[in-house]
Amino acid sequence: MGNLIEIKGVRHAYRTASGPLPVLDGLELSVPEGGFVAVVGPSGCGKSTLTRLIAGLMTPDEGEVWLHGARVTSPRATVGMAFQNPVLLEWRTILKNVLLPLEIVPTKLTKKQAEERARHLLNLVGLSGFEDKRPSELSGGMRQRASLCRALIHQPEVLILDEPFGALDAFTREDLWQIMHALKAEEPFTGVLITHDLRESIFLADEVVVLSGRPARTQYVLDVAVKGARDIDHLYTPEAAEMLNVLRHQIAIAQGRELPATTRRAAQ
Amino acid sequence: MTWRGVGVPLIACAIFLAFWEWLVWVNGWPNFKMASPSDLWPAFWRFRDLFFTMGWDTLWRTVVGLLLAVAFGVFLGMIMGLSRVMRDALYPLLVGFNAIPKATVVPIIALMFVGQHDFNTILMAFMISFFPIAVSVSIGLSTLEPEYRDILRSLGASRATIFWKIALPKTLPEFFGALKVSVTLAFIGTNLMEIVSPHGRGLGALFDSGKTNSDYPLMFAVLVALAILGIILYYVVVLLEKIFAGWAERPAS
Ligand SMILES: Nc1ncnc2c1ncn2[C@@H]1O[C@H](COP(=O)(O)OP(=O)(O)OP(=O)(O)O)[C@@H](O)[C@H]1O
Ligand SMILES: [Mg+2]
Repeated sequence: MGNLIEIKGVRHAYRTASGPLPVLDGLELSVPEGGFVAVVGPSGCGKSTLTRLIAGLMTPDEGEVWLHGARVTSPRATVGMAFQNPVLLEWRTILKNVLLPLEIVPTKLTKKQAEERARHLLNLVGLSGFEDKRPSELSGGMRQRASLCRALIHQPEVLILDEPFGALDAFTREDLWQIMHALKAEEPFTGVLITHDLRESIFLADEVVVLSGRPARTQYVLDVAVKGARDIDHLYTPEAAEMLNVLRHQIAIAQGRELPATTRRAAQ
Repeated sequence: MTWRGVGVPLIACAIFLAFWEWLVWVNGWPNFKMASPSDLWPAFWRFRDLFFTMGWDTLWRTVVGLLLAVAFGVFLGMIMGLSRVMRDALYPLLVGFNAIPKATVVPIIALMFVGQHDFNTILMAFMISFFPIAVSVSIGLSTLEPEYRDILRSLGASRATIFWKIALPKTLPEFFGALKVSVTLAFIGTNLMEIVSPHGRGLGALFDSGKTNSDYPLMFAVLVALAILGIILYYVVVLLEKIFAGWAERPAS
């Protein structure tokens, strides 16, 4: 199986008033078709920038982003996105919000089929009965579920999630983790998840990529032993504790609070 | 329509009128110093035909001026909201223009287009009322959170699609807020011009003739008529807001 997402030697700098700000520097990332990769790294290191590059919302100064064998230079309809802010449109009902992408991308679905699909997705995330409510009538967690449905309605190849659960309380978050696995079992997407939550990363992803501090490059890749759907108990095994420990140290290194192991040894 | 919605404002009005009547009576003010509510109806009845034709003149010119202000204000707001450069270029001009007290502009316009009373009045109503609309639309558009744009842009939507589907509906609440201010302003503009123009028409002119003849009850009756027109226009806007931006109202808690 080839890699669906392939990022090679990406360099990018924002042009700011005080000169160029290098954000990504030599970033490598590949995600196999159907895979799920979590990206963690210090705050402000360039994770959201990475999602914008994959989505084709910007092009890198240097390096290449490939999606399904095609070079990404502009947005494409095969991508679905969800952010920390659910950004639902207040003047639409939940159902109409979920259907929004189908008003943009070409679709073979009839209006009726589209609506059925939307209702099916809403049901999967536990929102049946709320189709005709306005976003303001829903809780934060419910809004985030609706935004996941909207990201998936047009059957994207790639689902990009930028800290979608970051603003939710711990219980709602765990709830949504399970829902992510349920969605993944039904919808054949390839996922990229940006997160600050290490437990979330090893619970959802097959692989966790640690980015260094800004400018970010790929610092470490952790292979999560258990793939696909898993139980929340998985987080309380010695293997999980070991993975979390490794990630914690890698983040500390990325933040510059700790020296890499090799350097440490050399210093002694 | 509930008791609270209709009854309470009516009672408040009645109390206000009674207090006014009492104030005039207790001080023994004569008619030429301060009219009392009971003088208003005879004044209105005497000139009822004039009230209707003049009231209509005031109303339609205000509405036309307001419609022009909406069209121009939205256009200007869009330009400034969507382009940084245009905002930097136009904003100071706009603020400067708005800072000029419009009462000083009235005689200039009245002289510039002598005899074109309808045109002058509409122009005045327009000039005084487009500013809040332009500002609110430009702020609404320029403060659109980038994620809203990205949701559609990441699917390959064009700028026009993003504008129609997201930016425009999202600015509607701000737009209607500004429109409520503009209604009142346009009304002021119309009346300024009607009062100042020689041989003018409209309620402003009727007010002016009341002043010339020291007919205080007539002047006060005009004020009440103006207030009624203003209230009608305001609530028309409120109704439109309910229809087009009712979603912005949070459910009562
Ligand atoms: N449009 C922009 N123009 C200039 N600088 C920007 C822009 N967007 C982001 N930056 C800067 O680039 C850096 C990386 O931003 P980015 O949003 O990618 O970080 P992040 O890893 O997602 O951060 P966080 O974890 O806080 O979400 C930050 O220092 C930010 O200030
Ligand atoms: Mg971010």
